[in-house]
Amino acid sequence: MFEYAPAPESRALVTFQSSYGHFIGGKFTKPSNTYQTISPSTEQVLAEISTASAKDVDMAVKAARSAYEKVWSKLSGAERGKYLYRIARIIQERARELAIAETLNNGKPIKETRDADIPLVAAWFFYYAGWADKLDYAGLGVNPKAHGVAAQVIPWNFPLMMLAWKIAPALAAGNTVVLKPAETTPLTALLFAEICQQAGLPDGVVNIITGFGQTGADLIAHKDVNKVAFTGSTGVGRLIAKQVAGTNKKVTLELGGKAANIVFDDAPLDQAVEGIINGIFFNQGHVCCAGSRLLVQESIQDELLKKLKRRMETLKLGDPLDKNTDIGAINSKVQLDKITKLVKLGVKEGGEAWAPNCEIPKKGFWYAPTVITGVAANNTVAREEIFGPVLSVLTFRTPAEAVAKANNTPFGLSAGIWSEKGSRILKVADQLNAGVIWANTFNQFDPASPFGGFKESGYGREGGRHGLLAYLKGDN
Amino acid sequence: MRLDVKKTYKLFIGGKFPRSESGHTYELTNPKGEFVANVVLASRKDARDAVVAARAAQPGWAGATAYNRGQVLYRIAEMLEGRREQFVAEIRELTRATEKAANSEVDAAIDSWVWHAGWSDKVDSVAGSMNPVAGPFFNISTNQPTGVVAAFAPQKSSLVGLVNTIAPIIVTGNAVVVVASESLPLSAITLTEVLATSDLPGGVVNVLTGKEKDLSPWLASHKDVNAVDLEGTSDPVDLEIRAAETLKRVVRPGAFARSASKGSLQQILAFMEVKTVWHPEGH
Amino acid sequence: MTKNDPVAIVGGKITNSSLRRWLHSLPGVDKVGLEARAAGLGTRSIKTTSKAWALDAAIKMMDLTTLEGMDTPDRVRSLCLKALTPDPTDPDCPRPAAICVYGDMVSVAKQTLGKSGIYVAAVATAFPSGRASVAVKLQDTKDAVKAGADEIDMVIDRGAFLSGNYLEVYKQIQAVKNACTRADGSRAHLKVILETGELQTYDNIRRASYLAMLAGGDFIKTSTGKVTVNATIPITLLMLQAVRDWYDQTGVLIGVKPAGGIRTAKDAIKYLVVVKEVAGEKWLTPDLFRFGASSLLNDVLMQRQKLKTGNYSGPDYVTVD
Repeated sequence: MFEYAPAPESRALVTFQSSYGHFIGGKFTKPSNTYQTISPSTEQVLAEISTASAKDVDMAVKAARSAYEKVWSKLSGAERGKYLYRIARIIQERARELAIAETLNNGKPIKETRDADIPLVAAWFFYYAGWADKLDYAGLGVNPKAHGVAAQVIPWNFPLMMLAWKIAPALAAGNTVVLKPAETTPLTALLFAEICQQAGLPDGVVNIITGFGQTGADLIAHKDVNKVAFTGSTGVGRLIAKQVAGTNKKVTLELGGKAANIVFDDAPLDQAVEGIINGIFFNQGHVCCAGSRLLVQESIQDELLKKLKRRMETLKLGDPLDKNTDIGAINSKVQLDKITKLVKLGVKEGGEAWAPNCEIPKKGFWYAPTVITGVAANNTVAREEIFGPVLSVLTFRTPAEAVAKANNTPFGLSAGIWSEKGSRILKVADQLNAGVIWANTFNQFDPASPFGGFKESGYGREGGRHGLLAYLKGDN
Repeated sequence: MRLDVKKTYKLFIGGKFPRSESGHTYELTNPKGEFVANVVLASRKDARDAVVAARAAQPGWAGATAYNRGQVLYRIAEMLEGRREQFVAEIRELTRATEKAANSEVDAAIDSWVWHAGWSDKVDSVAGSMNPVAGPFFNISTNQPTGVVAAFAPQKSSLVGLVNTIAPIIVTGNAVVVVASESLPLSAITLTEVLATSDLPGGVVNVLTGKEKDLSPWLASHKDVNAVDLEGTSDPVDLEIRAAETLKRVVRPGAFARSASKGSLQQILAFMEVKTVWHPEGH
Repeated sequence: MTKNDPVAIVGGKITNSSLRRWLHSLPGVDKVGLEARAAGLGTRSIKTTSKAWALDAAIKMMDLTTLEGMDTPDRVRSLCLKALTPDPTDPDCPRPAAICVYGDMVSVAKQTLGKSGIYVAAVATAFPSGRASVAVKLQDTKDAVKAGADEIDMVIDRGAFLSGNYLEVYKQIQAVKNACTRADGSRAHLKVILETGELQTYDNIRRASYLAMLAGGDFIKTSTGKVTVNATIPITLLMLQAVRDWYDQTGVLIGVKPAGGIRTAKDAIKYLVVVKEVAGEKWLTPDLFRFGASSLLNDVLMQRQKLKTGNYSGPDYVTVD
């Protein structure tokens, strides 16, 4: 009756170059050793991207070092802050273009890039711009020093947002950076390089090199890097942690998660349903802090699942550029295969998988939002990070049991608590071994709020005053 | 030869530019004794109206997100930068400052405004706390703006002293009634023109020109003013005594430097109240 | 006793304490979460064919309203004629579902609307405040029904609700429903106005919704339009959730009417999105959803004109009634 007509955002607002080199020393190099980056919703090629060799990595680090020694470390915090304000402003000015570019390259809905990703990117730069001239108040004494050159490797799930989380505090603290975006999502980082040029940022303060895992490894291993910041899988994080042992490099890692979203019997039910949906289907579940384990109090399980499934039926899967799309494309074939495999395993191990009827487009990589009920704690889908729109449902009887089950994982990034009782929320929050706890909400991010994990979800925090500390000497 | 259109200098109350209800002005002269302008001589009734405007605007301003306040203030800095020539001209008109010195002052004023803008979403991260009390309680202290502040800008500064008076007060959500320097009021009025065209809600900043001695006793004793900044006053002791009647928070002259390109967190906190909340923790 | 009997639903004899226990056992509403969902639904982009459908639907679901102390017979007549021909330049333009007037204007409205099928809804029970004796409120209702009202929009006793006297609120609704019965046994439909602006919290609004549904209202309605805060999207979303859950629990379909403050076609479309995604397409009918509005009609008409002609319209191209 009331079907939503297609409401596509205009592709025309973004123009990509046909090929990109690396952004080193304030200029783009000639494209070399290129591969194609595609739109995962249509499999169309968007641009040719260069693969950085060890030599390119070296050039980038040298540019960062030179900029640090000669220019950036000599500027006052106020001046650094003003550069960051300029960048923030330009991001706001080009917000729509950046949102479309991100949606094209990543596959996530335009609704999310427009309303969540890009505004947070601008906010992150504004926030840290305001720290640049206030480092005396960071908690490390007067006039704390930067590390020098920071090597930063980021994932494909929130490309530009992860870039902002890395670059903004690094620059505010006085470091220069070499950043490598993920191989499947390099485009917004390259647009960001153009923004640095528009802002008049001194050459070499920000360098962007593109490539695959080897490039990232080369960058992190480079001898002249003082600080390493990595967001990605726990597997790679482990390798990095081993590699930096014996060096003077400072490291922060933001890795995987298998967050429990705990719903008590006195939860505000309808909002809890929204929180569950948001927790696991936002960004197609490609979120390290996703609420991928629903821990529901047994007594309300049926009622909650009924509401949840009904709500899932209103989710719209399709063209990410359509403003009404809720669920976009999976970022790559590799990821899609992984999700498919894990869900099959989940069913094999005794779970029951359910997904609403979604019309799956012919081209591109897609997975319908799925909920697996009857999951036991020892099932693979209860323990391993799926990184897709798949929710595993487990039950509990008492608060103590909820806490025990929630904590029963090597991960410790985030958790959700749903209850109308304040004292229970605070007590459970106190007991959960997770770095970010959302009560009666989920997936809230703010540049003023520290984010990061316990245990194998990594160490170090991004956001807030704590996020600044990682980039200053005197912090571990 | 073209005759220029001369500017009229009025008060800034509730986002509008009224003349004094008293109709009085005073003659402003430059160091050479030449006539510059008739500046409004604000009366106690103007001060009263300004406090009403400030009180009306304050809850909405405090209720905005810290991010939003930071954005509003940052944009004001952009506009100050755009108007720097006018500020430089006005400083030079009333003082013997060289072009270099005047530019320096404007640089410092803008940079200080930017410095303050960046504090809006950081004060609690630095000056708030979770308190580890001896009991099963969640205990948190946050800083809340005190409300309406009456401030007296330094008498001997055109712009930077004014900025370093206003910015620390409003960045956290207070509203202010500020009395400009009697002999150097032009920058204050030009600043209000910037504020009027910014996204700052009317009434958050109110500027009165005139004689501090006429206005300060009324503002210091006003029961709907929460705090006073006595920097530019001639008899701060008397004013402190008047303020004591309603236990206003008092900032004495000389407490904070006002001419640098940055301020101090303590000055920001001087206009805030610490609120501590307890909440039990238990399944 | 069926499962839909109030006693079965509440779980015991209807007393003030049993009502209180039942209402307070409903899950709470998180304000931030509710408002975020409402805001999210507000980003739906309704274009072209879906926009055309929504604009027409908005008119068909409208209770075109005049509730002023200064209403005169000619004013009411004029509004009814507007309802019969909303857009003189477009014979395809649909008509509102009903006219909503004060009880003493019902006969004028009925006369003007004739057999057109447009209903006459009358506000009653000492609208808008509801502060009068029960006897007066019932008489007010009976008078409107006698004059020919098809629908009655009553107000609940907010004073009773806020002081915890749920039984009184319940009994009054039931009494008014009885007063809607005609001599021939048929019944005017009852909309129950909660006056959400005075109830203030979402928890209260949910409880009042359930109380009104339990007492037998055919519609739950947000507001009188006479207070500072009338209909909002989060409130309407909450009420749509309530009628949806009630249907799941009892099989009984109850309608929702947001009223007051809905002035633009854009807003109306947002409401329709919420109806669709929260309650379901079943509620996208004048039998289960109404807008209480007056100036909304002209804005919708101008939007319809723009869709047809491709140009932005203006106030000179719609009639002032």
